Amino acid sequence: MAGIDIEGLATVYPNGVRAVDGLDLTVAHGEFFALLGPSGCGKTTLLRTIAGLEPASEGTVRIDSADVTRLEPGKRGVAMVFQDYALFPHMTVSENITYPLKVRRVAPATRTAVAERTSGELSLQGLLERRPGQLSGGQQQRVALARAIASKGKVLLLDEPLSNLDARLRLEARTFLKKLQKDLGITTVFVTHDQAEALALADRIAVMQSGKLRQLGSPREVFARPANTFVANFIGSTPMNLLTGSVASGGSVSIAGGSLPAATGSVPVGAEVTVGVRPEYLTLSIGDVSGPSIRGSVVVAENLGTQSLVSVECDGTLIGVTVPEEDEPDPGATVVLTASESRVLLYDKESGELLARQPAPVG
Amino acid sequence: MTPAYVVRRIGFYVLICAITLFFAVPMLWLASAPFDASPGLGVHWPDWTLDNFRETLAHPYAMHSMVNSLLICVTTAVAVTAFAALASYALSRVRLPGRDALLYGLLLLSSVVTGTAAMVPIFVMMFQLGLIDSRFGVALVMTGGLLPAAIFILKDFVDAVPKSYEESARVFGASTGQILRDVVLPVARPGLATILVWAFVNSWGNFLVPFLLIRSIEKQPGAVLLQTFTDEGGSANLSVIPVFSLLFSIPVVVLYLLVNSRYGFRFHGGIKS
Amino acid sequence: MATTTEPAPVQPARVRGPAQDVAGLGISRALGFVAPALLLIGAFLVFPAVWTIYIGITNYRLTGVEAVSPSIVGLSNYTKALNDALFHNALWLTCLFVLGSAVIGQNILGFALAWTMRRARPAVRRTVEALVLLAWILPSTVVAYLWIAFFDRDTGTLNSILGTQGTAWLIDYPMVCLVLFNTWRGTAFSMMLYSSALQAVPPSQLESARMFGASGWQTVRDVVFPHIRGHVLTNTLLISLWTANDFSPFLLTKGGPNHESETVPVYIYNVALQGGELGYSSAISFLLLIANLLVALLYLRLLRRRS
Repeated sequence: MAGIDIEGLATVYPNGVRAVDGLDLTVAHGEFFALLGPSGCGKTTLLRTIAGLEPASEGTVRIDSADVTRLEPGKRGVAMVFQDYALFPHMTVSENITYPLKVRRVAPATRTAVAERTSGELSLQGLLERRPGQLSGGQQQRVALARAIASKGKVLLLDEPLSNLDARLRLEARTFLKKLQKDLGITTVFVTHDQAEALALADRIAVMQSGKLRQLGSPREVFARPANTFVANFIGSTPMNLLTGSVASGGSVSIAGGSLPAATGSVPVGAEVTVGVRPEYLTLSIGDVSGPSIRGSVVVAENLGTQSLVSVECDGTLIGVTVPEEDEPDPGATVVLTASESRVLLYDKESGELLARQPAPVG
Repeated sequence: MTPAYVVRRIGFYVLICAITLFFAVPMLWLASAPFDASPGLGVHWPDWTLDNFRETLAHPYAMHSMVNSLLICVTTAVAVTAFAALASYALSRVRLPGRDALLYGLLLLSSVVTGTAAMVPIFVMMFQLGLIDSRFGVALVMTGGLLPAAIFILKDFVDAVPKSYEESARVFGASTGQILRDVVLPVARPGLATILVWAFVNSWGNFLVPFLLIRSIEKQPGAVLLQTFTDEGGSANLSVIPVFSLLFSIPVVVLYLLVNSRYGFRFHGGIKS
Repeated sequence: MATTTEPAPVQPARVRGPAQDVAGLGISRALGFVAPALLLIGAFLVFPAVWTIYIGITNYRLTGVEAVSPSIVGLSNYTKALNDALFHNALWLTCLFVLGSAVIGQNILGFALAWTMRRARPAVRRTVEALVLLAWILPSTVVAYLWIAFFDRDTGTLNSILGTQGTAWLIDYPMVCLVLFNTWRGTAFSMMLYSSALQAVPPSQLESARMFGASGWQTVRDVVFPHIRGHVLTNTLLISLWTANDFSPFLLTKGGPNHESETVPVYIYNVALQGGELGYSSAISFLLLIANLLVALLYLRLLRRRS
C-alpha cells in the first residue's frame, strides 16, 4: 500500500525560517490529497520535502512504509510534475516522456512502447515528435503528466498543476486530472493556493498556515465546519461571516442586534464568542419569522450568476447572505435572517478555534 | 510642411550622411586596395586583379600567422568556455561559502586588471617561467584575462535557466552526471556558443599579449604580423598588407554575423577590454 | 551476468542527506568545478596585479646587473614619478585622450546615433548601425592600419578629400588623430547602451511631450535625460576606463613624435620594454591599477544603487 506517512516533519531554511514546522500527516493509498494554503504557508516546501528536493530538518517521511527521509529524490519512488512543467526544451515529447526510463537504461524499444501507450492515455497522439515549445499550455501539462506516469512512481506529486493554464482551460484540465487520478488509482499529493481547486479535486484537504496544519478533512468537512477562523476565512468563494457575539440562554447566540440558534454545548451563557456562518447557509426572508433571527436592511446586492450576494446591515454590522437570483430584494428593504442550528459555528474569541462539539450536519 | 520643418529634415539627413561617411570612409580602403593592381594607401576605384591574393598566399609568413592565430584563439576559446562553464554552473547552483564576495571580486578584477596595467608583471612572469615565445603561453595569459568576464556572462545565463529542469531529472532518478549531460549541457548550449565566439573574437583581435610574449616571426599571430609589416614600412609589402588585413578581418565579421543571426545576440557590453 | 546468483544487499539509507543543490552536485564537487578557473585567474590576473606592487619597489631592469639581482629601493620609483616630466606629459595626454574621445566623442556621438536611429527607416538604421559596429569589431591592428592609410601624408584619403596633400596628420596633430580614431573605434558601445536605455523610456511620456509641443532638445532634456541619467554615468565610467587603458595609440603613433602622443599605457610599454626599467614601469602600472580600481568601485556602486 503506497501511502505516505509524515511524522514530526520540519524543514528549516538556512536563514532560520521554519517553512514546515512539525507536521504529522498520513496520505492513504490511492488518495487524491490537497495541500492548501496562502502563499508562503509552506505547502510547496512540504511537497518538495516529500520529493527529497528540500532536506528534512526533523522528523521522518515514509513512502510505502519505507523510511525515505535521507534518500536521494530519485530513489524514493516519487514522480513529480513541476509548476512550470520543466519539460526539456531540447527533447521531443516522446523523449521527454521516456526520459525517466532512459535514466534507468530501459531498452529503446520498450521506451517507444511506453511513449505510445502513455501518450494514448493522455490524448497526446500525433504530438510525439514535437518539441515542448510547439505545444499549447494544456498539451504541455499533459506531457508533464505523461512523463510522471511513465516513470512509474509509487506516489505522484503535483505542484500547482493548474496555475499555468488560462481560466477556461483550467476547468477542463481539472476534470481531466480528477478522472485520470481515479483511473490510475495512484496516490497523489498536489499543492494549490486555490480553495475552489482543492474542494473540486481532492479526497482530503490539508489546510496549512505558517508551516503548520490548521485543518485536515474532506472537502465537505473543511467547507461546512472549518476548524478555526483561519480556515473559515480561507475556504469558500464568498467569505464566511465572522461576527462577535455572546452566548444566550436556550441554545442561541446574540449577534448584531438579533440572535441565531446555535449548539452552545458547554460554553457558559454570557461568554463572548466569534460566530461564524456562511452566506450560503443563511436564509433571507421578508416579514416576521418565529425563532431566533436577525433583522436588518439591504445595502447592496451583487449578482453571482444564479445567485446574488446580498449585504444586509444589522445594527451597524454587515452580514452577507446568498439568495437565488429571483429572490433578490431591493436595496433598502427590511429583511430577516435565519439559519439552522447546525450551520452556526462558534469560535473561541482569542484562539479562533472551533468551540463546542456540535453534531455534524447531514450531507 | 512649414519651411522650418523642411530645413530641419534636410539638416537631419545631412547629419546622418556626415556620420555615415565618417564611419565608412576609413573602411573603403579595405574594400578597394586588396583588389587593386597598384595598391597604395589612398582610396580609388581599383584596377581589378587578384594578383595580390596570389602574392599573399605565397608570402612566407602571412598564412603561417593565420594558423598561429587559429591555434592560439581556438585554445583560448575552448579553455575559457570549458572552465567558465564549470565555474559558472557551480557558482549559480551551489551555495558555496564566500560566493558573493568571490563574484564581486571577479567583477572588479575583470575591469581593473587590464592588459596594459599588468603587462610588466605578466612579461616578467612569463619570462621567468620560460614561456616567452610560446603560443601556449599566450593562450594561457589570454584565458586568464577573459575568464572573469566569461564566468559572469555565463552565470547570468545559467541563473536564467529554471532550476526545475534539473530537479525534475533528479526526481526521476538521474545521477549528477546524467543531469549535466542530458539536461544542463543541451539547455546551456546557446550560452556556451556565445562565450566560445566571444572568447575567440576577443583573442583574435588581441595585439598586446602576443606582442609582448612572442619574439620570433614564425610564431607571430596575425595581429602582430600586421604590425611587423607596418614597421618594415616601404611599398614592398603594399600588395600583401591590404589582402592580409581583409583576410584577417573576415573570421571576426563572419562569426559576429553568425551569432547575431542565430541567437540575436549583440556583443556583450561590459567586457570588451 | 550468469555468475551473479545472489541479489545485491539492500543499501541502508545513507546517513548524510541528499545534496542540497538542484543537480546533487554537492559542495566538494562544486569546488572542483570552480577550481580550474580560479587557478588560472589567480595565476594570470591576480598574481601579476599583486606582483606589480613588489616589482614597483625594486630597481629591477630588463638587462644588466639589476636584472640578475634587483634590490629593494622603497618608494623611490614613486618619488621619481612625481618629478618625471614625461610621466606628467603621459598623464596629461591620457586625460585629453579620455576626455576627447570617450567622455565627449563616443558619449555624444553614441547618444546622437541612438536618438536619431530610433525613428529612422529600418534600411537606414541597419546600414548605419552595421558600419558603426564594424568599426568596433574589426581587429585593432587592422583598424590601426586603416587609419594610418587614411592619415597618410602623400596619398592618404583625408588629404585627398581636403586637398591638403603633404600634411602629415599623425606627426603634426597626433592627439587630434588619436581622439578621432578612438571615437570612430568605440562609439558602437555607447550607441548600443543608449539604444537599449532609450527603449526603457515610456513612449507615453515622449508622446505627451510632443502633444505639449516640446522641441526635440526640450524632450531630450526634460523627459529622456531623467530616465537615462544612470546609464549616462555608467557608460561614461566604463568607456573612460577602457580608453585610459587602451593600447591602440601605440599602433598608430608609438607615442611619437617626441612623446607628443605618449599616453600612460604607451609610456609604460616604452619605459619597460624599450627603456628596460621594469621597476619604474611597475610603479606606474600600479598607479594605473589604483585608478582603475577607483573607477570600477564607483561603477559597481552606481550599478548596485540602480538595481
